[in-house]
Amino acid sequence: MPTYHLNINGSKSKIDTEADTPLLYILRDYLELNGPKFGCGLSQCGSCAVLVNGKPTNSCMLPVSTIGDAEITTLEGLESTEGRLHAVQQAFVNEQAAQCGYCLNGMIMSAVGLLNTNANPDEKEIRNALQGNLCRCGTHPRIIQAIKTAAKNL
Amino acid sequence: MKVKPLRTRRKFLKDLGYISVGFTLLGACTGVEDPIMAARVDYDGKLPGSMGRANTVNAWLEILDDGSIRVLSGKVELGQGIRTAIQQVAAEELDMDLEKVQVQLAETGRTPNEGYTGASASIQNSAMSVRYAAATARQELLGLASKKLNTPIDDLLLYSGIVKSKLDNKSLTFAEILEGVQIEKEVSLPVPIKNKKEHRYVGKAIPRTDIRDMVRGQAIYIQDLRFPGMVHARVVRPPGYTSQLMSIDDTDLRNEVPGVLKTVVKGSIVAVITEREHQAIKAEKYLRNHTEWTTPIPFPEYSKLYAHIKEVATGPETVKSAGDVTAISKEMDTLKARYTKPYIKHASMGPACGIAMFDGEVLHVWSHSQGIYPMREALSTMLNLDSEKIHITAVPGAGCFGHSTADDAAADAALLALEYPNTHVRVQWSRQDEHTWDPFGPAMIVELEAGLDENKNINSWKAEVWTDSHSTRPNEDAGTVLTARYLETPYQMKSRGYLGGGHRNADPYYSIPNMTVNAHYYYGPLRTSSLRSLGSFTNIFAVESLMDSLAEKAGQDPMEFRLKHLEDERAIAVIQKVKELTASQNIADDQGVGYAFMRYKNTDAYIAMAAKVAVDKVTGSIELIKMWAAVDVGEVINMDGITNQIEGGLIQAASWTLKEQVSFNTTEITGTDYLKYPILRFSEIPEVEIAIINRPEEDAKGVGEVPMPPTPAAIANAIYKACDKRVFDLPITPDKILRA
Repeated sequence: MPTYHLNINGSKSKIDTEADTPLLYILRDYLELNGPKFGCGLSQCGSCAVLVNGKPTNSCMLPVSTIGDAEITTLEGLESTEGRLHAVQQAFVNEQAAQCGYCLNGMIMSAVGLLNTNANPDEKEIRNALQGNLCRCGTHPRIIQAIKTAAKNL
Repeated sequence: MKVKPLRTRRKFLKDLGYISVGFTLLGACTGVEDPIMAARVDYDGKLPGSMGRANTVNAWLEILDDGSIRVLSGKVELGQGIRTAIQQVAAEELDMDLEKVQVQLAETGRTPNEGYTGASASIQNSAMSVRYAAATARQELLGLASKKLNTPIDDLLLYSGIVKSKLDNKSLTFAEILEGVQIEKEVSLPVPIKNKKEHRYVGKAIPRTDIRDMVRGQAIYIQDLRFPGMVHARVVRPPGYTSQLMSIDDTDLRNEVPGVLKTVVKGSIVAVITEREHQAIKAEKYLRNHTEWTTPIPFPEYSKLYAHIKEVATGPETVKSAGDVTAISKEMDTLKARYTKPYIKHASMGPACGIAMFDGEVLHVWSHSQGIYPMREALSTMLNLDSEKIHITAVPGAGCFGHSTADDAAADAALLALEYPNTHVRVQWSRQDEHTWDPFGPAMIVELEAGLDENKNINSWKAEVWTDSHSTRPNEDAGTVLTARYLETPYQMKSRGYLGGGHRNADPYYSIPNMTVNAHYYYGPLRTSSLRSLGSFTNIFAVESLMDSLAEKAGQDPMEFRLKHLEDERAIAVIQKVKELTASQNIADDQGVGYAFMRYKNTDAYIAMAAKVAVDKVTGSIELIKMWAAVDVGEVINMDGITNQIEGGLIQAASWTLKEQVSFNTTEITGTDYLKYPILRFSEIPEVEIAIINRPEEDAKGVGEVPMPPTPAAIANAIYKACDKRVFDLPITPDKILRA
């Protein structure tokens, strides 16, 4: 079984696994990170999103063998070392932008990815950036508001 | 409980505009004035149904040594915010900080048996039971402290986990009063509850504390639960409902997939247990390709679904009759229309998951089931295991919006745990299985006929409703869980009939002298159960579409027409409110605003809503611009919780209305993922605006299902205003607008 050395949330993780194991299962099943969620396994819903070199990426179909030394950031990696929430996380709390919260990981990672490249997105740009993220509870308006709030507070 | 950061807490206290009981406790030590205690008033109404089975204080709450309270609820958190609502009512009655109230969700043998978490009943039942139990606990604590402090009750103050004498400042903590004993007193009427005018938590927009955990990936869902040595399993679902296993060849499985621990074959159940989760996915795929199954009984052609339903239906059975509708054919102006709704999926974002461990004596199960006690009965029958030997703990899951697949995954795990004892076995469903094996909200047909009298008032109303069962929730009938249907000796589910949910709201809440509702029951072809608001979604789509058509026939404004058929002031108030919300709208040529009204179940919450759309007359494409709702749920517990539920419900219902149908061909269900069964995405999300009318003097009613039923009618009515085309068949799609 091959061994992989992955850069995850700023530290190196050594994983022995099959080459076709998707990143999502490395994060959840091997590293016990609960941020990224399994929603579809088909890259359709965005629940499993992580940042790969700062870019939001679905992890459920991404084989571990293709990752190399890319920097992976999960929801758990957004908080500062002093425990301060990322502006996007704090904005979701302030706007109470959740019901069940299962999709929240993907929403937050997509939002952070957007703000990484566009610090002042308009509503259309926010909607475009989140087009790949599904929410069944219907909290979309609150999520859009939270991202607007986060952009102001960044 | 996690301690909130100071910044959030300050804001929170300021928002409430009251002195904090937390700080006054400090004050008690430093000579600062005592808080003014709110008056109590006797509640002498009905006790909630849930208290019938659990009527002592300690069945609902426990007082812990550190002065905090543990509330025991028989409900499960599925995103509706029930934990916060329960915290609010308990903290309110006991005058303590919210943070000092922890909520233990359902666990067999631990929490009350509250049946199912559904039917928008958690506030009516669970939260209200906690209110009366907490109020009774307060009385009991004051009584005991009175004796210990030798002080009359009237000279005692109870707040922040202490009882204090006003006379000499002596105080006792709850733990000192109870000395390790819980309060076993029965809750009996009258219960002295806090005067609602003096509420500091209830009725306010209290932020949910669990969202902070969610944004950090620290909230634990069933899918996140891990145990040492836990193994992973997948079940190979058959190609169709009625397929049976003919053969399996797993000879090369262990060569092809690493980590395989066991293959389980029982009747037509094929499952595999592996060390790692992704290994289970690969093994399941391997086994799917190495099993042979009998061909399932074919489905009817999808295009002939509604004809098929009428063909196989029994009945009719008259479920409501008032006056004489035979006059309907003699009416001057009669309208008749047929409305249809396809099967709709729950489509929860988190596919079902179940974990089980058999320790040789007791079977432990962890599940996001909406009813762990009733599910225990199903598992008991299925496994032929005494229910006392089954211990189930409810764990939060993703929003499921009715009876979905949680119980089935728990049953899978339970069965496999017996095959692989002393190890936690986790079964995670795939998206495809979730979308295929879900008990869908049933397809329905509603035929309405209504007649206007000479004054253009509705004189007669006749409704014919065709429906499958809206509740196949687990109980002692093991056939209610999927797994049991594929055992060597399979359990076939017994028929449930309508159970009230199918014709819910088919009898309008309007003053109509002559009315009949007939229900026609059919069974199959697809598996069905409860989906948020049950039959009301289709029935109100029909009723409120026809109300607009009748108003047009009468030459009257649709809302004025509704108002003249309503006597209930609360109904009138929500309609006036939504009119006010939409009064300033500019409506372009290609746009329309449509309205709808409902009183849920004709006994619960009131809603009037509006939808604004733009329709492209050439392509038929629909843009849903905005939705408004004015809602009266009686007493509000959490203002933001209610608003959030309504906003989300409107959007989910808009998704059902504009996009959703469970497609199938004669051999299989075809909408197996989010591409083949699309739901609304961000580009399609409308703006929403909600107004809540709080009536603290009225009973608190649930809100979860309330926004669903009026949505399709408001949208259909808006489309009609925009382009003169009326669509009677859900979902409302561009091609149907062009054909109308």
